[in-house]
Amino acid sequence: MKVQLVKLAHARSGDKGDTANIGLIAFSDAIYPVLVREVTAERVKQHFKGICYGEVDRFELPNLGALNFLLHESLGGGGTLSLMTDAQGKTFSTALLRMEIDLPEDEAASLLASV
Amino acid sequence: MKEKIRIAAAQGFWGDLPDAPVRQVEGGPIDYLMLDYLAEVTMSIMQKQKARDPNAGYARDFVPLMRRILPACVERGIKVTANAGGVNVRGCADAVVDVARDLGLGGKVRIGIVTGDDILPRIDELLSRGIELRNMDTGEPLSTVRDRIQSANAYLGAWPIVDALKTGAQIVITGRATDTGLTLAPMIHEFGWAADDWNRLASGTIAGHIIECGAQASGGNCQFEWRSIPNLADVGFPIAEASPDGTFIITKHQRTGGWVVIPGIKEQLVYEMGDPHEYITPDCVADFTTIQLEYEGRDRVRVFGIEGRPATQFLKVSISYSAGFKAVGTLVYSWPDAYDKAQAADRILRARLDRLGLKFDQVLTEFVGANATHGPLAGSPRNDAPEVQLRVGVRGENRSAIERFTKEIAPLILTGPPAVTGFAGGRPKVEEIVAYWPALIPKEEITPSVEVLDA
Repeated sequence: MKVQLVKLAHARSGDKGDTANIGLIAFSDAIYPVLVREVTAERVKQHFKGICYGEVDRFELPNLGALNFLLHESLGGGGTLSLMTDAQGKTFSTALLRMEIDLPEDEAASLLASV
Repeated sequence: MKEKIRIAAAQGFWGDLPDAPVRQVEGGPIDYLMLDYLAEVTMSIMQKQKARDPNAGYARDFVPLMRRILPACVERGIKVTANAGGVNVRGCADAVVDVARDLGLGGKVRIGIVTGDDILPRIDELLSRGIELRNMDTGEPLSTVRDRIQSANAYLGAWPIVDALKTGAQIVITGRATDTGLTLAPMIHEFGWAADDWNRLASGTIAGHIIECGAQASGGNCQFEWRSIPNLADVGFPIAEASPDGTFIITKHQRTGGWVVIPGIKEQLVYEMGDPHEYITPDCVADFTTIQLEYEGRDRVRVFGIEGRPATQFLKVSISYSAGFKAVGTLVYSWPDAYDKAQAADRILRARLDRLGLKFDQVLTEFVGANATHGPLAGSPRNDAPEVQLRVGVRGENRSAIERFTKEIAPLILTGPPAVTGFAGGRPKVEEIVAYWPALIPKEEITPSVEVLDA
């Protein structure tokens, strides 16, 4: 079944120049390895098609149950050059939480129960 | 040696809650008050102010703030670290000395001044010696924007602030110092940490990272169970309670709003993060994958286990340069068919701009209420939306083209699609763009300087 990330994680995002960063934080220890497995850099790049024009890097922080993504070329030039409403990428966090991942019924049920 | 020191964050940026520093001083015991004023392009604004008035060029709010809190700080021995000095640290310090004397605190306040970060006068000399100051993001050499540079400052770390504290200074004012250094320096000073004690230096750095955005660590902008966060109207700013072994507790004053919870601290830890294995500052390289968090009571999170590595041989430099002009115009369209109307208005506007032959480097249209924040991820915009704001931005080198654009927005009200409003603010303003150029410089090129002023 499809589970939207907003049910499994919270996030905060920010900017460094034209790169947006998104920290994705699992709601429980059980959820973190599933995020590592499902929310790959490649999937995030696909998800942000038409928004992120560069590469996506992913870093793991098992100590925080978190993943950090860097979305290059995403902020219309970044900083003061950008014309975007969200030139600082503050709402990229919730844009990532829109992503749906496909999980077996019983795994999804146990993860949702772990929150 | 003290068993613990309490460092209170009081400003997350220049323009944060004006009363936060007062509440940090009045709301309970603290040892240090830390104020971060400098965003990436703040220095260029200050450089311009100083060009017009040699007495300006620093965070002016800092001076009236000192008038409010200095008597309490002196009475209770609270020290202040602030990068309020901008490009005129001495001018800022002189103004605070005047305030201290005015308050009858003459002879009781010593101010430490940290300078040496400003390399604007040295740019040509540095370039001529082969220090290219290439853009860290794009790799371009600085020579491409040389004639448009407005400010250039190296980020100083904690050590010059430590030197200033060693003189007995109660207030340390810096120019471009790192926000983390403002928090780390008191720990080094009070606990006598060594320059190669990388784990402890990394701990203090991460404490600084957590509290440098003010209430973003104590309930502000917190996604986790945001509806449950108590009394944000009265939010308490974060306080780092540091111990000599490098561990620290993030907390806030009692009887304040907001909260200090592990999910909230995690959100702030990942904020503006790059590679978590190497968070690079002038003082050390901190490893965010070693951070451990646990509760030590209500609104108290203990942070421990942090490891660090030796600092690099470089300092980051923040250069600002003039990069053309921009303007943003908005109009609001109402139901029915608000999105279709806003789209139609955008097409009409663009056709008129084309016919005028105006050239821009970029034209960006967003539909606020439909897709401005999440773009295509927001799905197809709905035509039954109660309203949609058309927001069109243009950017370019030619100021007159941008000026002309600003005259094309209001006429859409009488010459475009119906049910439109939202132009009460008048014509959009043309803004000069001051862009940010990050670079690296070898550490040996920068010599921080510490002076002392007695009120």
